[in-house]
Amino acid sequence: MLEVTSLSKTFDGFKAVNDANLAVGKGEIVAVIGPNGAGKTTLFNLITGIIKPDSGRVLFKNEDITGLPPHEVCRKRISRSFQIVNVFQRLTVFENVQISVLSREKMTWNLFTPSASLAIKETDEILESVGLLKKKNRTTALLSHGDRKVLEIAMALGGNPEFLILDEPTAGMAAEETSRCIDLIKKLSQTMGLTILFCEHDMEIVFGIANRIMVMVRGGTVIQGSCEEVRCNEAVQDAYLGGSDVCLM
Amino acid sequence: MSRQTILGLGAGIIVLLLFPVFLPRFYVYLVSIILLYGLLATSLNLVLGYGGIFQFHHAVFYGVGAYGTTLMLTKTGLPPMLAFIVGPLASAAFGLVIGIICIRLSKLYFGMLQISLGSLVWAIVYRWYSFTGGDDGIHGIPIPEMLSSPKSAYYYTLIITLASLFVMWKIIRSPFGSALQGIRDNPVRSEMIGINVRMHQLLALVLAGFFAGVAGSLFVVVDNTVFPDMLFWTLSLEILIMCLLGGWFTFLGPMLGAAVIVALRTFVSAYTDYWALVLGIIMMLVILFLPNGILGYVEEKFKRGFMEPEIEGQ
Repeated sequence: MLEVTSLSKTFDGFKAVNDANLAVGKGEIVAVIGPNGAGKTTLFNLITGIIKPDSGRVLFKNEDITGLPPHEVCRKRISRSFQIVNVFQRLTVFENVQISVLSREKMTWNLFTPSASLAIKETDEILESVGLLKKKNRTTALLSHGDRKVLEIAMALGGNPEFLILDEPTAGMAAEETSRCIDLIKKLSQTMGLTILFCEHDMEIVFGIANRIMVMVRGGTVIQGSCEEVRCNEAVQDAYLGGSDVCLM
Repeated sequence: MSRQTILGLGAGIIVLLLFPVFLPRFYVYLVSIILLYGLLATSLNLVLGYGGIFQFHHAVFYGVGAYGTTLMLTKTGLPPMLAFIVGPLASAAFGLVIGIICIRLSKLYFGMLQISLGSLVWAIVYRWYSFTGGDDGIHGIPIPEMLSSPKSAYYYTLIITLASLFVMWKIIRSPFGSALQGIRDNPVRSEMIGINVRMHQLLALVLAGFFAGVAGSLFVVVDNTVFPDMLFWTLSLEILIMCLLGGWFTFLGPMLGAAVIVALRTFVSAYTDYWALVLGIIMMLVILFLPNGILGYVEEKFKRGFMEPEIEGQ
């Protein structure tokens, strides 16, 4: 479904992403792992058009989407959540998701119909599916960190995506919130049939839900393979454990 | 909208309608000025408070609207009422041009470039004696007879202001308004949910320009003059202060701010030339104690009184 070929991006001489390759098949859950600063978030930014790559190609459903601006990437039904919580602080939980739904339905050029009467059912359904319906009238700024991360995902769902990119979905969550979030990701994959690409530092989560794993080190792809393959790969052990011959996990 | 709000608004409008009946002429003029400045500040707030765009030179659009209306009235033989539409449309077109040039920059850089371009326009108006009257401006503008008495000018201002406020209020509640507020809070995220941020901001600038132009055309009706100071950057600053003072995250805050500032300017300057000093002190106090402006503070209190935020798990 998504195919990234030798993607590169240099910031002031620093090779943030350097020859990254990635393939994600329909319905898969693929994890990107790698040490801090390996370029995971930059890779996601390149795929979603927030940053334009210097070279390489991004194909989505055999269509070249390299360098498209984010709002057009979104129209191809690719949605993402952010690592650092990135929501509309002054609006309520409901409005946050509603804007996303309205935007997908191309209604944001409508100047005179009250928003309050639009896309209510669908927004409620999305909030219900992620478990935020009870808090829908709360201002986002008053939400707990865990809830905001979930709201991130709900906003991404507002675009009715086929392909969902989650940047460290559980970062900073309490243990209980984390397990709820993992259940949510599994549910999105199983019941809604979404293809999911995510990155995560917690190896337990990665090996728990990913079908396949891509390992990034210093901007480049070290290996992409099944959990088994990755677990015992030497280069991965080098990167993570300084070359000991222990398998990860 | 709650019932109290509707009742409050209705009462306010009735009082406004009755003003000319019992107020002397000077006060009718003063309220007209407050209304049109309030409209001007509200149009700025559409892009500032709701759009998060640093529109630092909003007065230019006000001036272009006023001059557009005036030049139509004085230089052409077209039906006079047409001038009151052409003025605002000229402002909107101007908003589009300045918007296209500035929108590629963000935040402060947008504001700086806009101040430069706006000052350029001011310089042209200030110097072009044969067309704009230069620093003298244009006086004794021939206003259509039905609008020429202070009373009719007042009613015209009141009706147009209320209608404009209503339209802006509708816009803010519309999906476009939601998207605009989303962009204010987080442009990157807005792009990522499929909103073309630049195009939405551009439309907001055009709309704000249009309503600033409406305020400009109202000034022509109320005062029968135009002068280059109407598009000088100090006026932009004054409008900006109206928004901040009244509360830039509230809809009627800028109107309140306009009332405070116009009243201060009128009444304090009767005693001292340094009325800006009083404004400065008030502004300092507001920033320190009411960072969301006067109306922002009232709204906050009101909400807190009636809806305690729910505590987790209750």
